[in-house]
Amino acid sequence: MTGRPAAVVGIGQTHHRAKRPDVSMAGLCREAIDRALADAGVEMGQIDAVVVGKAPDLFEGVMMPELYLAQALGAVGKPLLRVHTAGSVGGTTAIVAASLVRAGVHRRVLAVAFEKQSESNAMWALSVPVPFVMPVHAGAGGYFAPHVRSYIRRSGAPPETGAIVAAKDRTNALLNPYAHLRHDNVTVESVMASQMLWDPIRYDETCPSSDGACALVITDEDHVGVENPAWIHATAMRSEPTTAAGRDQVNPAAGQAAAAALWREAGISSPIDEIDCAEIYVPFSWFEPMWLENLGFAAPGTGWHLTVAGETSLTGRIPVNMSGGVLSSNPIGASGMLRFAEAALQVRGAAGQHQIAGARRALGHAYGGGSQFFAMWVVGSAPPAT
Amino acid sequence: MRVDFDYTRSLGPVLSVFMTGLRDGRILAARTSAGLVVPPPEFDPVTLQPPTQFEPVADTGVVETWTWVPDPVADQPFERPFAFALIRLDGVESTLLHAVDVPAADDMRTGMRVRARWREHRVGAITDIACFVPEESPASTPDTSPSVPTAGAGEPVTGIVTPVRLRYTYAASPEESAFFRGLADGRILGQRCPACGKVYVPPRGACPVDGLPTTDEVELSDEGTVTTFCIVNVPFLGQRITPPYVSAYVLLDGADIAFLHLLLDVDPAEVRMGMRVRAVWRPREEWTTSLENISHFAPTGAPDADYDTYKGHL
Repeated sequence: MTGRPAAVVGIGQTHHRAKRPDVSMAGLCREAIDRALADAGVEMGQIDAVVVGKAPDLFEGVMMPELYLAQALGAVGKPLLRVHTAGSVGGTTAIVAASLVRAGVHRRVLAVAFEKQSESNAMWALSVPVPFVMPVHAGAGGYFAPHVRSYIRRSGAPPETGAIVAAKDRTNALLNPYAHLRHDNVTVESVMASQMLWDPIRYDETCPSSDGACALVITDEDHVGVENPAWIHATAMRSEPTTAAGRDQVNPAAGQAAAAALWREAGISSPIDEIDCAEIYVPFSWFEPMWLENLGFAAPGTGWHLTVAGETSLTGRIPVNMSGGVLSSNPIGASGMLRFAEAALQVRGAAGQHQIAGARRALGHAYGGGSQFFAMWVVGSAPPAT
Repeated sequence: MRVDFDYTRSLGPVLSVFMTGLRDGRILAARTSAGLVVPPPEFDPVTLQPPTQFEPVADTGVVETWTWVPDPVADQPFERPFAFALIRLDGVESTLLHAVDVPAADDMRTGMRVRARWREHRVGAITDIACFVPEESPASTPDTSPSVPTAGAGEPVTGIVTPVRLRYTYAASPEESAFFRGLADGRILGQRCPACGKVYVPPRGACPVDGLPTTDEVELSDEGTVTTFCIVNVPFLGQRITPPYVSAYVLLDGADIAFLHLLLDVDPAEVRMGMRVRAVWRPREEWTTSLENISHFAPTGAPDADYDTYKGHL
């Protein structure tokens, strides 16, 4: 662990919904911020700097929201930074805020990320035709489906693997009062019976479109102010080209490199043995086994063994997506931060009904673009070893 | 290239009050720590809390500063020349950006008195005020004081639609130009990286791994292998191909990177990774500088390629 010790001391999120017609983007952010500040027991005036993240501009049609959000975010007279790494932005935003504290630049930083998908149409925004090329693009599902097919071919995973993930995550969401989708009785069979949207990805294996926001208060060790901070043990970010000859789209090199750096910094040699639970960015169900391999919880081609054996359930060896995950709530700009927040909630013992008993170290993970941006952190209930 | 979308904005409680007021022909200011402010800020810049007190203010005021718009563009308030001005309404501490309708720039001056010209049909938008005019000018509408609201009277205005209309001129790089011009001649041209030897199609001008210019041109076969694919069953806004269709990564023989194209002339359920396919070109008289000169790819009927031949391209 490099730099000064830092911790998450306040966590806030909205109740994620398909539409929040009662609030503006500013109001949505403020809901999450007010909850995070109350959780941390601090006032807006005690925040030294604000870092904000959101998904790509075409998703909401607001080019530079930070310009009009300054008052809503409490950033008047303070540094305000905007971060942008596509779908991983929420995670990256938390890391930038943590870095400002760890570097000793600020004592107490507010990180906030949001998305109001109901004001636009992400499927349209991701499929704008480019001149002179074939208009076969079909949103994020259309982009990732061929790579899921490659994973299935490469690993030999059974076809119901994705449905097992979806049924688990949607069932976990019933324990999370903030989750968007709250469907009773989602089973492997019901997922398998749902419509095939982007073959091999089914409707029930796909994330929803949500309005929501998340906020974190991150402080240095002298300004913690709460009894149960989530100490930041390690952070990592890596990027790579969207396409390159021979680029591995199933097990991207940038994700492997980020994970290796993360475990090294956290002093972890066997992630599956040393991490108590993991909140991983899984917008399409098959990405659970894919990222388990990419992150080093399982050898290449074997991630699905953990899923199929139930080891990623709340009572398994490595619980994954205790909150219900991206499959149950997906305000895209905030989705990465929600993963980081859930990891922090777990080690604070504050995850309510989806708490993993005795969780001491947890992973928060996000990815974005064409699996080309990765952001992740490890948080713990004890301060990092120095 | 056109990118058009009508974004649907939720206003939230504060801006809802302001927009509802406009629809009802009233300008409502927020009482903030800096006095009366129009439009009301969603959060007070000093207290950082949402304003809760709103007061109607006059629709007359003073031009604080302005700029002349000699050549209006689409969607601006007027097609004829006009001024944009920052107007301080009487009794208000802030300025409001709006249009002023005068015949010429010589008719504008800082400090001039103006009043709002309201639209008869109002919907709850800043454009319910058509513009401001010099205070002494005669009324152009039958009644300058607003009449009864015309849309959704009584109900609060909670949202607005903000259309975005973007027009791009796509500038192809020299390498792309060579590729697209090749397509107009029925040829598929790639480029090879001098360091790693990988052949990129479409060519990009530089190898993304080595960062070197890819100057060595390679003409490629129009036959190749489906590395992986997706069957698109979902319809969506802006879609140009009717689902279901197969979107396939095709690795042309001689290329080191696959590109996405359409796969037809086969039952989607029969499509396989490794399937050998060939380009089906449109009639020559329809060719332009586009990958769409290839109508689609279709199976050649040859045996599937070995997994080992394309597994490094997944």
